[in-house]
Amino acid sequence: MDHTAHDFDPSVEAHHAKPNTRPIFIALAWIVGITTLEFAIAFALPHTMATLKNSIFIVMTILKAFFIVGEFMHLKHETKGLIWTILIPMALLIWLLVALVTEGSYIGEAIFNR
Amino acid sequence: MSTTTTTQTIPAATLPEPRSGSWDGGNEPFKASYGKLMMWFFLLTDAFTFAAFLTTYGLMRQRHLAYVGAPKDFTFSTAYWPIPEKVFNSFPGLHGMDIPLAFVALMTMILIFSSVTMVLAVEAGHRMDKNDVQKWLLWTILFGSMFISCQAWEWGHFITGSEHGLKMADGSTIFGAALTQNEYGPVLFADLFFFITGFHGFHVFSGICLLTWCFIATTNGTFHKRGHYEMVEKIGLYWHFVDLVWVFVFTFFYLI
Repeated sequence: MDHTAHDFDPSVEAHHAKPNTRPIFIALAWIVGITTLEFAIAFALPHTMATLKNSIFIVMTILKAFFIVGEFMHLKHETKGLIWTILIPMALLIWLLVALVTEGSYIGEAIFNR
Repeated sequence: MSTTTTTQTIPAATLPEPRSGSWDGGNEPFKASYGKLMMWFFLLTDAFTFAAFLTTYGLMRQRHLAYVGAPKDFTFSTAYWPIPEKVFNSFPGLHGMDIPLAFVALMTMILIFSSVTMVLAVEAGHRMDKNDVQKWLLWTILFGSMFISCQAWEWGHFITGSEHGLKMADGSTIFGAALTQNEYGPVLFADLFFFITGFHGFHVFSGICLLTWCFIATTNGTFHKRGHYEMVEKIGLYWHFVDLVWVFVFTFFYLI
């Protein structure tokens, strides 16, 4: 947070700093590329490879999340403490997801007696 | 025995030093302002809500029977969970054609582009460039409104249903999806669609309101007088989060 250092200075308006947008567009290229690839994989791979397809989708989604959170939300450039404060609770949610999806299969088995 | 007087002044050298560690107050251990930090924590709690939604989707999907058979022979039935790309296969203006996932891919792209224009607005704010902030905020509002309009169309299409509907065992025919009946599969599929995309759409709508307010304040020079555009950054964090949630909804609801 360095902007508190700039005090209001009307002369700033006269000569703007050059925009630094390169990292933004690199992140954009990655996200668009990954989404296109996901779209292609959804139709290119046969439905018999469902597990492989879904694993690829999940890995690609996490990769996209990395670019959005890391670059757009600037988390990559924050302090380590803030990064871990956000990431550790999110990582625990993966456990919740796996546990409850497994539970869903058991409920289904109990209902349909598969 | 003489005792020391109780009014004796303690020499300054023996006073404990004021604590000045990272967490003793008066500074920013995370090097982020209070407002930004609280926005992060709000987004963390919001992520819990969306994670609960998507986890529920996973549980309910596993609880139902899956369609077994070739995708080309797929027919809608309330007996098993539908293949998402068979449900979401229409595009505005291209009636009756089977274009799986194209519209939702377009919506994803629109939201990603709105995220980029948002980050450009934040970047312009760092440079104190009022005109650029205004320009990029307007683009973000435009893309956000486009997204929400697309969602309105998709909801309309999902609720209206197909022309032939779905014949039920009792001879009746149901058209489209609602909270208590669903042409495309189990009722819960429709319910989860409405709740997950609806809650996300509500977030997009709130974001557009915040951005509109932010645009007005920028135009009035509020942030320029304040000396920084941190408000744009905070609303930007929220907006990127909304985009992030959509990335997960796209994968877990539409692709898998």
